[in-house]
Amino acid sequence: MSDMVHPYIPNSVPQVKQEMLRAIGAPSTEDLYSDIPEELRFRRMMNLPQPIAAECDLVRHVMGILGKNQTCEENISFLGGGCARHYVPAICDEINGRSEFLTAYAGEPYEDHGRFQALFEYQSLMAEVLDVDVVNVPTYDWGQAASTALRMASRIVGRNTVLVSDTVSPERLAVMTNYCTPALRIVPVAHSRATGMMDLADLGRKISGDTAAVYFENPSFLGPIETEGEAIAEIAHQCGALLIVGADPASLGVMVPPARYGCDLVCGDIQPLGIHMHYGGGLGGFIGCRDEERFVMEYPFRLFGIARTSVPGEWGFGDVAYDRTSFAQREEGREFVGTAAALWAITAGVYLSLMGPKGMRELGTTIMQKSQYAMARLSDIPGVKAPAFDAPHFKEFVVDFSGTGRTVRQINEHLLAHGIFGGQDLSGDFPELGQSALYCVTELHTQEQLECLADALGCAVKGDECHGEGA
Amino acid sequence: MARVREFHQARWNEPVIFELSTPGERGIVASEAEQDIQKRVGDGVSRLPDKMIRRDAPALPEVSQMRVLKHYLHLSQGTLGADFNVDVGQGTCTMKYSPKVNETFVRSPEASELHPTQDDATVQGALEIMYSLDLFLREISGMDKFSFQPGGGSSAILAMASIIRAYHEVRGEADTRDEIITTIFSHPSDAAAAKVKGYKVITIREDEDGLPDFEALAGAVSKRTAGLLITNPEDTGIFNSRIAQFTAVVRQVGGISGYDQANANGILGITRAREAGFDMCFFNLHKTFSSPHGCGGPACGALGVTSDLASYLPTPVAEKTDAGTYRLNHDLPHSIGKIRCFHGVFPAVLRAYAWIMSLGAAGLEEVARIAVLNNNYMLKRVTELEGAGAPYAVGRRRIEQVRYSWEQLYRDTGVTSEDVTRRLADYGCHLWQSHHPFIVPQPFTIEPTESYSKDELDEYIACLERVVTEAYTNPEIVKTAPHRSVVHRTDDSWFDDPAKWAITWRAYLKKHGCEREG
Repeated sequence: MSDMVHPYIPNSVPQVKQEMLRAIGAPSTEDLYSDIPEELRFRRMMNLPQPIAAECDLVRHVMGILGKNQTCEENISFLGGGCARHYVPAICDEINGRSEFLTAYAGEPYEDHGRFQALFEYQSLMAEVLDVDVVNVPTYDWGQAASTALRMASRIVGRNTVLVSDTVSPERLAVMTNYCTPALRIVPVAHSRATGMMDLADLGRKISGDTAAVYFENPSFLGPIETEGEAIAEIAHQCGALLIVGADPASLGVMVPPARYGCDLVCGDIQPLGIHMHYGGGLGGFIGCRDEERFVMEYPFRLFGIARTSVPGEWGFGDVAYDRTSFAQREEGREFVGTAAALWAITAGVYLSLMGPKGMRELGTTIMQKSQYAMARLSDIPGVKAPAFDAPHFKEFVVDFSGTGRTVRQINEHLLAHGIFGGQDLSGDFPELGQSALYCVTELHTQEQLECLADALGCAVKGDECHGEGA
Repeated sequence: MARVREFHQARWNEPVIFELSTPGERGIVASEAEQDIQKRVGDGVSRLPDKMIRRDAPALPEVSQMRVLKHYLHLSQGTLGADFNVDVGQGTCTMKYSPKVNETFVRSPEASELHPTQDDATVQGALEIMYSLDLFLREISGMDKFSFQPGGGSSAILAMASIIRAYHEVRGEADTRDEIITTIFSHPSDAAAAKVKGYKVITIREDEDGLPDFEALAGAVSKRTAGLLITNPEDTGIFNSRIAQFTAVVRQVGGISGYDQANANGILGITRAREAGFDMCFFNLHKTFSSPHGCGGPACGALGVTSDLASYLPTPVAEKTDAGTYRLNHDLPHSIGKIRCFHGVFPAVLRAYAWIMSLGAAGLEEVARIAVLNNNYMLKRVTELEGAGAPYAVGRRRIEQVRYSWEQLYRDTGVTSEDVTRRLADYGCHLWQSHHPFIVPQPFTIEPTESYSKDELDEYIACLERVVTEAYTNPEIVKTAPHRSVVHRTDDSWFDDPAKWAITWRAYLKKHGCEREG
């Protein structure tokens, strides 16, 4: 390295380095580490691969590795369960690729005014989708949003037990369990085996004066849409508990937002809103609520507000109630806040600005039509039940293959050989569902792809070779 | 002689997107289901019970496509990203160059169009990159296994606090070990995330050199100590040469130590977590390892642990099989479970991999040495400015950053650190006031990284010098700044008043009426 000046390190030019060393009176850079005791010094060269200094060689190397991946673009994917392939408008990628947004971080509300406004607008646009008055600058993902919503509820109500539907995503439940331990006790609430909706009798048995909140997801991880939200809210509120609902924002152009059936804190993920899946890296969590001080003051996250400036007609932005955060008060603040998913929030804001009211309705309608069509086509296959639950669904649904005598694993292997990523195998997390898989259908699936799935499944359940076209 | 730019940032006086709405306009048309599908299932929505159907569409703005684009481009121009300025004023955050070539990798469908639960056989490239980066970071830190699941530095701190709890649980001591120790110049989340995991937080204050007081630590440890969460160098940039004694004293009482290496930019290849006695550490891939900050994420706090703690990591972790393929292992016996859904932020992992591959071992060490050289150069230049000082450890070298103070400037002129940050915006520069609590009076923190040339550092100093001169000769222009930024001084009286704050446009309309002034 000493004889090469790397493009990313301008001051490794020997003359410049010498000039700077002279300026600070140091014989070498070694002198700058004089505070590090010898026994802590790492005195050999790190054992790392030979560098690839030329950019064109680096491209060849990295793209060579990435080329070993098989994507959901070149295959037909039915994977969902907290991350799904939706259409990403070109302008979403244009804006989140802008150097200004991509490389900014934590400037002041002046030179970073645009960042503040874009995130305020994201909050505002999400608020319309959710029908609430407060939305945060996003946290890591839905799992974190649900976890924090539970802890917010616990602080607001002053109780430590939370009732959580046993149909929530296992991924998210694992996040919640770690995050709420040891502060909260999470008690599962059963679901109806027929409809997948919450078992209200079980809820009635478990709710008590210790309950801080009831949490369910709508649609649930397993796909059924909970239609008794109002009744659940009433049961929760009668006991002085809050209702928390996890929602898919892509569904809220056609489905009523949870706030309208008594939900106090709504949470979820913004990944469906113009963000690529990125192997799960495209997530971002939101929490929405009414504009009440007792709620707002319990958010750990940044909340950007609008204000006036010294010039009439000019908008300014800044942090609302900053003193509640850990930035201001360390462990005396609410939970903690840090770098999370702001660029995805800006992207989701662009998405909602493009979609407008009509676009969100069209999106929801198309998804419902296509998923219902897929369920109908799959149900045509002998031994296959889709959906497994008798309930309305949005984009995800359980397909029960138990009647085929084949395992999901066998079926998915067959599908994979035909360029199809079959639904997520549920037999491990939900053994009571037998050989079932969670399928996800979005606006991106064409009728042809759905027919292709039905054909391939038709062969798969028989264990035959397919003769139709692959993907 | 470095030149001060007579900068003026874009000032579009951009309306809020809702103000651009014209009923009937639209930005994009969503895809319709095929006719055959519509014939078989109808409108789809009727499957919902009536009470679950949203009859009113969400009150989103209605704006044509080009205008949406223009609006967000205007907002982008009102944002001063690292690509535009000599971004050395956001100390602790390591605002370095994020190579553009790495964006092409992240944006390729081979990376962006992957679902996190795809069969391992279909994501061999992604798993190879995760596993390789794991190996690289093991060598850089001396740890034995990494997880990339934490979605940022604070998330990694939470993971460390969670592992501390799980570790003591396995030993039956979770209830009796209820204290985590940290230091005042470690990141606020080192204290806050420990509290989330139920710990009483003990914060060690600084000694006269600005280093965490070892005697205070020695007095604080006990059988109640669960662990230590500490940064080194801390926000002051002074290396704590007794760090191995810190971890040893914690180990002696049965605690374990987690190293907050969110920012490790000055010590790559110089000194490592293992030799300092740490059981865990994490690196922010969006800081030291060049992933861009994205206005505040998505990000990754890459979490490394010793082999003793490897079974506690969040699951899954990437592994290499004997056959030379890669797989995700979901089965770690003591796993804390999950810190974030799926496998973390793969784009950050991919960029960090490419960045390390472009530099190699010698290149990484050169990054560290030049970052430290740049910092000590800035230390000399900043402390030569009238009114500026660098508290603690006077005359000593610093590692990658320095927490400075405008206390003298404030005493002489009444100009505060906040005033200076606002005025610097007029010259196209950032300056950060630092985290609370303001132990250092009128603080600011500069971290020049390896990315900026000497000319650029001189330019930043020239801007500081200009503002200092203004403070002594015309303080009003500093106190009333910014003058050439995107907007003028914001009236922040709304932000802490529940009757006035407006966190969304609809809340603004409810509280302040629908008409815009002016």
